[in-house]
Amino acid sequence: MNLTLSDQADLHGEQGKARQMAMRILVRILPVFGVQKFLDITAAHIDSSLFQGDATLEYAERLSGWGARVVVPTTLNVSGVDEHGWKRWAVPADWAEKARKQMVAYQSMGCEPTWTCAPYQESERPVFGQQVAWGESSAVVFVNSVLGARTARYPDLLDICAAITGRAPAAGLHLEENRRGQLLYQLRGMPPTLLEDDSFYGVLGHLIGMDAGTFVPVIEGLDIVPSEDNLKALGAAMASAGAVALYHIVGVTPEALDKDTVFCGRLPLRSATITMDMLRAVRKELTTTDGDQLDMIALGSPHFSLNEFASLSKLVEGKCKHERVEFLITASRVVRTLADKAGYLETIRRFGGTVTVDTCILTSPMLPDSIDVLMTNSAKYAYYAPGLLGTRVVYGSLEDCVQSAMLGRIEIDSTRWDT
Amino acid sequence: MGHVIHGTALVEGIASGPLLVSDTPLSFWGGYNQFTGEVTDRRHPLSGKIATGCMLAIPASRGSSTTTAVLLEAVRRGTAPAALITNQVDTFLVLASVVADELYQKPIPVLALDTEAFKLLNSGQHAALDQSGKLTVMEL
Repeated sequence: MNLTLSDQADLHGEQGKARQMAMRILVRILPVFGVQKFLDITAAHIDSSLFQGDATLEYAERLSGWGARVVVPTTLNVSGVDEHGWKRWAVPADWAEKARKQMVAYQSMGCEPTWTCAPYQESERPVFGQQVAWGESSAVVFVNSVLGARTARYPDLLDICAAITGRAPAAGLHLEENRRGQLLYQLRGMPPTLLEDDSFYGVLGHLIGMDAGTFVPVIEGLDIVPSEDNLKALGAAMASAGAVALYHIVGVTPEALDKDTVFCGRLPLRSATITMDMLRAVRKELTTTDGDQLDMIALGSPHFSLNEFASLSKLVEGKCKHERVEFLITASRVVRTLADKAGYLETIRRFGGTVTVDTCILTSPMLPDSIDVLMTNSAKYAYYAPGLLGTRVVYGSLEDCVQSAMLGRIEIDSTRWDT
Repeated sequence: MGHVIHGTALVEGIASGPLLVSDTPLSFWGGYNQFTGEVTDRRHPLSGKIATGCMLAIPASRGSSTTTAVLLEAVRRGTAPAALITNQVDTFLVLASVVADELYQKPIPVLALDTEAFKLLNSGQHAALDQSGKLTVMEL
């Protein structure tokens, strides 16, 4: 193992017990990354903030109790509770208390209390080529693919070790040679109107994620420059259905100027053509019920952006949701504040929508048992809700969600998918 | 006496129990209930199975980076698998085991097999792992 003097000093406890434990964990995991040394990172995003039970709290308090401090600018992912809004929901008080303690522990280490899975929507963004250590699979895939910064897919518990030591294994996507495309997916016969439908990107991401696993997929033939929200949805779906940490879109993402560049002049390991039939089949899979019962609309996984608030506000202006249906948006505190200032929030509130911050429906036990059927435009929510929440789920576009909320039953316009 | 398979012990340890095998990767977050040890990913072939105390063989983890936290909590509660057998080197599962060792002195053995060896495993068989990464598989 090729450790610097500073790494060795950390390992011997010269910088305190917290940094010693962080370095010891890094050193124990290093061989599994298949390399001998670390590199410096200059920013971090911590998914360990997520409360999952006493173990994650004990880990955080072990580190904070030993005086851990992060040595690079560090943002925090969602926590287990909306710190100031949980009482409106079904969150048990002891869960809220422990999740809040875990929030305090990570803040005490010097992390920014951003509490969002989409820190790139508000904090200073990593720049092209910057070495960072990020957790949260949907954020990792965004920062690598859309911004061109470099991180591995750091799991909870390890991301904080990197932030405390400023070091990460010199492996995987940190290195140029591992960032070229590996699998080629060619889109054929996609109707142009469908490319403007937000639900298209979750479906495409889900399909590619399931097939690509941990490989680097390249998409060719997307005849549109997707919005950042579309790219966010695409990556999040790939990262939940598979383990994709980096994707390229020829002519769109920064490391894919053209096909030759992205494959470094080599042939893809595998090529596949994506047809409308394949997409239609995957779209069906994301929905787990065929009735029209609807209990709740959940939007914002990853957290809703200001642009998404703007689109939603436009769609719901002057309208009212059905009284039986809950309409929830999950977002960060900063984006909620911006949406409030822009006037979007007031319009959405009049429609009957509510906003939860700091967390989401998957990471906080906030939903009452009465919620049986949940509808969303997020492939990530659709993927995880049945297993994590025991609900049935319906996947649709933002427009479908608004329509259904007003009618009080599932109503999906499939015209764009059927042509 | 059954057949012997050699793998790479990514986290060394001794374990034995019934094999629970799938060729589909599993996200522990959203796919494993840390209170009960049940595989809860309803789209996964092992959905509904209780993995506590089993030798859980999956190609790798996938999806969420919170897999490690769920597995750590499962160790704390005593609902974790007895050992994890993969056919890729999976950093998430190893990390969870390393932290379980740091916090609770309870690492879960993690064994990596090559694809041929992994294919020899079947649910319902019994397997015993030793410190050197030798897995003895017996038909029941």
